[in-house]
Amino acid sequence: MTSANASTNTTDIVRAGAARVTDTVEHALRTPDVEQPWQVLGLKADEYARIREILGRRPTSAELAMYSVMWSEHCSYKSSKVHLRQFGEKVTDEMRANLLVGMGQNAGVVDIGDGWAVTFKIESHNHPSYVEPYQGAATGIGGIVRDIMSMGARPIAVMDPLRFGALDHPDSARVVPGVVAGIGGYGNCLGLPNIGGEVVFDPCYQGNPLINALCLGKLRHDDVHLAAASGEGNLVILFGARTGADGIGGASILASETFEEGGPTKRPSVQVGDPFQEKVLIECCLELFAAKVLVGIQDFGAAGLSCATSELASNGDGGMVFHIDKVPLRDPSLTPEEILMSESQERMMAVVRPADLDAFFAITTKWDVEATVLGEVTASDRLVGLWHGEVIVDVPPRTVAHEGPVYHRPTSRPAALDARRADVPDRLPRPTGPDAGAGLRELLLRMIASPNLCSRSWVTDQYDRYVMGNTALAVPDDAGVVRVDEETGLGVAISTDGNHRFAALDPYQGTLLALAESYRNVATAGARPLALTNCLNFGSPEDPEVMWQFEQAVTALADGCRELGIPVTGGNVSFYNQTADVAIHPTPVICVLGVLDDVARRTPSGWREPGHQLYLLGTTREELGGSEWAWAEHGHLGGEPPRCDLAAERLLADVLVDSSRDGLVVAAHDLAEGGLAQALVESCLRFGVGARVRLDEVCGRDGVDPFVALFGESAARAVVAVARGQEDRFVAMCAARGIPCARIGVTDDGPAGDRPAGDDVAGDDAAGGPALAVQDLFTVPLAELRRAHTSTLPAVFEH
Amino acid sequence: MRVGVVTFPGSLDDVDAARAVRVAGGEAVPLWHGDEDLRGVDAVVLPGGFSYGDYLRCGAIARFAPVMREIVRLAGPPDQARPGLPVLGICNGFQVLCESHLLPGALIRNDHRKFVCRDQRLRVERTSTAWTNQYQDGEEIVIPLKNGEGGFVADDAVLDRIEGEGRVAFRYLDGNPNGSYRDIAGISNASGTVVGLMPHPEHAVDPLFGPDVAADGQPGTDGLRFFTSVLKAVLAA
Repeated sequence: MTSANASTNTTDIVRAGAARVTDTVEHALRTPDVEQPWQVLGLKADEYARIREILGRRPTSAELAMYSVMWSEHCSYKSSKVHLRQFGEKVTDEMRANLLVGMGQNAGVVDIGDGWAVTFKIESHNHPSYVEPYQGAATGIGGIVRDIMSMGARPIAVMDPLRFGALDHPDSARVVPGVVAGIGGYGNCLGLPNIGGEVVFDPCYQGNPLINALCLGKLRHDDVHLAAASGEGNLVILFGARTGADGIGGASILASETFEEGGPTKRPSVQVGDPFQEKVLIECCLELFAAKVLVGIQDFGAAGLSCATSELASNGDGGMVFHIDKVPLRDPSLTPEEILMSESQERMMAVVRPADLDAFFAITTKWDVEATVLGEVTASDRLVGLWHGEVIVDVPPRTVAHEGPVYHRPTSRPAALDARRADVPDRLPRPTGPDAGAGLRELLLRMIASPNLCSRSWVTDQYDRYVMGNTALAVPDDAGVVRVDEETGLGVAISTDGNHRFAALDPYQGTLLALAESYRNVATAGARPLALTNCLNFGSPEDPEVMWQFEQAVTALADGCRELGIPVTGGNVSFYNQTADVAIHPTPVICVLGVLDDVARRTPSGWREPGHQLYLLGTTREELGGSEWAWAEHGHLGGEPPRCDLAAERLLADVLVDSSRDGLVVAAHDLAEGGLAQALVESCLRFGVGARVRLDEVCGRDGVDPFVALFGESAARAVVAVARGQEDRFVAMCAARGIPCARIGVTDDGPAGDRPAGDDVAGDDAAGGPALAVQDLFTVPLAELRRAHTSTLPAVFEH
Repeated sequence: MRVGVVTFPGSLDDVDAARAVRVAGGEAVPLWHGDEDLRGVDAVVLPGGFSYGDYLRCGAIARFAPVMREIVRLAGPPDQARPGLPVLGICNGFQVLCESHLLPGALIRNDHRKFVCRDQRLRVERTSTAWTNQYQDGEEIVIPLKNGEGGFVADDAVLDRIEGEGRVAFRYLDGNPNGSYRDIAGISNASGTVVGLMPHPEHAVDPLFGPDVAADGQPGTDGLRFFTSVLKAVLAA
């Protein structure tokens, strides 16, 4: 990281304006008319005017640095705030029942029973990961893990919903391996199991990959910590890594500007991670929590010291004074403005009573974590920053942290939407008629090898899913399941889902479908859905059509949550995911969390034994708009997305959760992208057990042809394998609840025996081996399915 | 029966190793990297992870930790016939054992340059060790493998010697996952008290949280006998 090639970067602009004279408050009062680089720092003219109005003078360069990063879109939510209020407004008592800490804190906290709680959150690291895939993705994990720690929780799992440009685009060969290696390199070194996530390829993400990161943490009810600086005379301590020039204005600036062709290189703005420092910081924080020596704790995220001090002071009952020159530096040449903006990783801030100081330092010393008292909580209502004894920051903290600008951006329904909706997929050729079998067989092999349906193991095999020894389910199962309490087996399931094509066709419906899928995935694993978080990835909020999509998505999520009875605990908004005036498809990523009283009851997605009866739950309709088939086979995106019936989703979830609890099912798999065909193939390949399937009952009942039965993407469906002898009970349970239930076949092991999952040595295709047989249509040996399913990503990335 | 589990800063699988000791019926004793004293333990596990971040060379700094001095002293030279303190090095622990010269060879970056996490089939080739006496000679087991720097290397003379002396404890089956010479997954010292391997037996002691239970009947608990083996070995000693 040299500054030589950063000549047009904000670092040097701040440096140029501040290097010679320390711009104290006094100096600012004396020189009211100095030209300030507010525009380059991303502020609008009216925002700069507002800062002058708040302070009654021009800001010092240090104050300007603080306001500019804290008022960026990334930190202030200035465009989204007015819409996100719906999550707080559309709530019922049912939704509040399990919520210990709601939105507005670092992460929401959910009661899961027995005195245990969990906290979870997703954040985006989209722009940094495009600029520098490895470090961008790595520090994305680091940041979300510190968010979870700052609630008083032990991080217990991570997940990464990832979206990249087209698989065959040359830049994917740079971005994808870099991001995956960065997630592995950082996450594996932290000792957190990576239990799921998504990998999606679509040209709409070219130049704007979506690198979202989720962390899940556990804590006892009594251990909830909040980010607040309270108690006059209490000490404000910075601990963790030293501060360097990395990430100055990084996330805050990068996430608020659109990439323009030919612009200056932004590499120096990306943060660099040190996972070992973070791992030590985790253990150190957990000892500090246990020792009860913390009054408040705050992570350093985007906007670094500016954010940590202003948020702590703003949430507390007083003010704060802090000495910027006491910050331990990696680079002694940093100016106070740079120190305030630096996004150096692996740092935390604590508020500690003077009496607890020795105990605090004993723990940080044990872990070799550097800790420095920067200042203290005061009785005033000001946040005061000193540089070698001179006041260079003197602001009301709420105006920095919480009372930033709020925009009511104009919205406008996209003009192109009607034409896209009218372009229904009916005209696309598909295998039908008496000879459909051979065509369907070939189609199946192409579909399961397509970029979005092929095996993700090339990616997920680079992540440690075993560490901590509590992972009961991980990819490729529908949800990740981890044990929280070793004594009782109490655990949670989480799943992240989003479908950008459905959201492009109808952002309201597409968001409901993402919510429904995540909810269904958690229930499929046997967990009772409790709460959700989200990461809303969109284009520029300054584009009224994007803002309309955003408003639709937020409204849908608030409406859907009310109908499902689960609360939004928090979330993240990522705007400006666009290049020039071309935005990504709206991409709301939803993560539902559910609870299992005993993770031993979790339902896996794969079949382990022959002879289990298979049932398809739900109704299949001719719903192919936005489907993987239309896109992968025909490059088509048009028509209406599948309908979303949340009442049906709720019923289905009840059946899946209850039949797991009662031991009625041995496996279950949710139907989503790629429809029934994809689910059957995945369940077969998991453990190498085949199936004999017949579609006539479903086709006759629902009035669809075998092609639609196999590849249609109707929601509220799952395929289950029922425990031996429980078939009548299971069917009766479905009937009693009004869930359509059709027997579609039986699991079937061939005499030869397939190789176990994850084995790259495909067995031979000899007749008589295990196979997926669809009666009267086709039979494919599992070895042939496995070859097709697992070859795609290695073929692109292994050379 | 007291089995010490060392925690270096950056150790990750220490909690799992301690759990495995308990599941096997032993008492797990936490040992801190800065401790000079082994608290009277009967055996030691060096767990997986990234000790001190492993930014230099894996295990290169951990080797100099105060706790290692006593472990090296009690384990004895690698070629001595007399049994010393039983020590199991798993993944990063194996790297530390090689760096400490308790075992020959070295672990380098995987030949495919990527971290790999998979359920790995192994053949147990030496059962006359403190950590493998509950397995059958030639038995095939499946336990998780997860590493970025797991390629076992040594020069031909060393390889020929440890092969000749029967000190290869485990070999990879169904494909070499990291470029290890001669498919070697784990080795032992002459007396069989010190064993190091890249795969993780401590992640295969409970059917719910271990490797996939596949149709071929793998129970997912193949790692448990490492820990019952050492309890038996210590009792017999």
